[in-house]
Amino acid sequence: MDHKVQATRSALHSSGDECTGRFTSVHWKSADTDAEMSRTWKRQRACVHVWDPFFLDDNWGETTTAVTGTSEHSLSQEDIVRITKDLEDSVGLDCRRYVTRSIAVILGLLVFFTPLAFLVLPHILWPDKQQRCETACEGLVISVAFKLLILLLAVWALFFRPARAGLPRVFVFRILLAVLVLLFVTSYWLFYSVRILHSQDPDYKDIVQYAVSLVDALLFIHYLAVVLLELRQLQPCYSVCVTRATDGETRHYNLGQLSIQRAALAVIEHYYCDFPIHNPALLSASKSRAAKHLAGLKVYNVDGPGNNASAGIAQSQSRAMIAAAARRRDTSHNELYYEEAEHERRVRKRRARLVVAVEEAFTHIKRMQEEEPKKAPGDVMDPREAAQAIFPSMARALQKYLRTTKQQHCHSMESIQQHLAFCITNKLTPKAFLEGYLTPGPTLQYGKDHWLGRRWTLISEASVTSGLKDGSVFLLKCVDFCLVVTSRKIPYVQMSEEYIDPKSHKFVLRLQSETSV
Amino acid sequence: MSFVPGQPVTAVVQRIEIQKLREGENLILGFSIGGGIDQDPGQNPFSEDKSDKGIYVTRITPGGPAEVAGLRIGDKIMQVNGWDMTMVTHDQARKKLTKKREDVVRLLITRKSLEEAVKHSKGSHPRQ
Repeated sequence: MDHKVQATRSALHSSGDECTGRFTSVHWKSADTDAEMSRTWKRQRACVHVWDPFFLDDNWGETTTAVTGTSEHSLSQEDIVRITKDLEDSVGLDCRRYVTRSIAVILGLLVFFTPLAFLVLPHILWPDKQQRCETACEGLVISVAFKLLILLLAVWALFFRPARAGLPRVFVFRILLAVLVLLFVTSYWLFYSVRILHSQDPDYKDIVQYAVSLVDALLFIHYLAVVLLELRQLQPCYSVCVTRATDGETRHYNLGQLSIQRAALAVIEHYYCDFPIHNPALLSASKSRAAKHLAGLKVYNVDGPGNNASAGIAQSQSRAMIAAAARRRDTSHNELYYEEAEHERRVRKRRARLVVAVEEAFTHIKRMQEEEPKKAPGDVMDPREAAQAIFPSMARALQKYLRTTKQQHCHSMESIQQHLAFCITNKLTPKAFLEGYLTPGPTLQYGKDHWLGRRWTLISEASVTSGLKDGSVFLLKCVDFCLVVTSRKIPYVQMSEEYIDPKSHKFVLRLQSETSV
Repeated sequence: MSFVPGQPVTAVVQRIEIQKLREGENLILGFSIGGGIDQDPGQNPFSEDKSDKGIYVTRITPGGPAEVAGLRIGDKIMQVNGWDMTMVTHDQARKKLTKKREDVVRLLITRKSLEEAVKHSKGSHPRQ
């Protein structure tokens, strides 16, 4: 794989000197499997300045740095392996997951085979002393079998689901249930071994009834597990307010009684669905304004060094700066207003051009009907080729619009063409095709590099296994941004009823007549 | 002009005598009335207390007998020829005013400016 990477890289560099701006190439068409796609995608990230077909003006350098930070690194075999490994969980977390899973499986097997052991052991240990199994006894054996089957299915449904996330602390309720089951089964075994095995009780019906009671109790513990793990948090109890720290996007959700880590998991899952994608390019304007505020004033220390304590100097300096800034006539609000109006106008103009270009491009393609006489094979195209055929006519307008709204790093050319092919296949209108580019959508809609392998850190003053309370605050930190979550209790509602007799709806006319005399 | 139920009503009134004018078959007075205990007092624009169900003068024909006699728009009619007008229906009031056999109606009317005039005169000449 190493030489393949190197060879392709050199090929890319050599053909890049021509910079023809072709949209199709051999190496994109050959990407058939998913793994192949991800590898070609990674190579594209490294060498994007060569293959960028939007080489329309001189600021291609701006495109390079905006797309990804790795464009200046050269990829080698180790880097590719490292990237792939980063995308999966680290070794420590895997270990814990396997340990928990293996403990669960062992416990499950123990619980499952205990009733069977209770039934089978007397026959093995003292076969000669056993009574025959009568009708009632046989009925009980059948019921044990079916209850065990139901228990097996129920445990598989509840516990053996793919794990959604790796949480920092263990799940308290599961530990509780596991301990309860263990205690339970242990006490049953104790009783069994002392009273039945030791005394070699010949009455088989009693043993079968004992096994039936064990299975019943296990089914009830499973019911308890369903209530504790699934049902308890369904009723909404707290309203959480989630704010993204960088740009202030806020949403509110209703959660039930959960521990802080489970509430954080629910919030993250909602985040991926509801919040528009985090775009760091949109924050640069406010940062530059803040820098201008600070840069406007210079503080000189006239008294000379060593006069006061350094803390006193710093305080007086900052106070002087604040006072001077308050007195200064600041016209930056004016600049902001006109800048925003100008930007709005520019965006609208580009958007109008884009909509017209896309509508025109879509008119060039017509879906071929089955009844039409067969055209020459050169004319008939599959969706991907059709997308590549009409893409150049709208590429420029789309690229300009994405640059104006600072979204160009969210959409690669490949993804745009794929989306276009998808829209053509499913008979979507031009407006439907443009919807994803005109409004920023939720994070999952974009390519995998925006959300794959994200690590979230839960920062909380209270313990993460403690329950959510009114006024509890915690932070969810990601690499680029931070989510601040505050919770409020949904108030207790006291409702009273009022009965209205249907016959009580009566009306009178309100007159105000005027008579001339 | 407001009243307390159960207590006698006191008001400063002006006596106005209107000669009815004959127009063809009808005797007209030249004004319009509004109000009455069967009407909605909240829509009366002239009353101070919006629960007052008395009879009010709502329009005056310019140059008519009422204007000549000194009736003004917004006046509340307390008595007509001795008949009380503070607790009558609209129709009863109309009937009392348009009796065919009477040529003259003597009204007792009250308005806000009368009370203020009395207060002024009392104030400027105390204990006369």
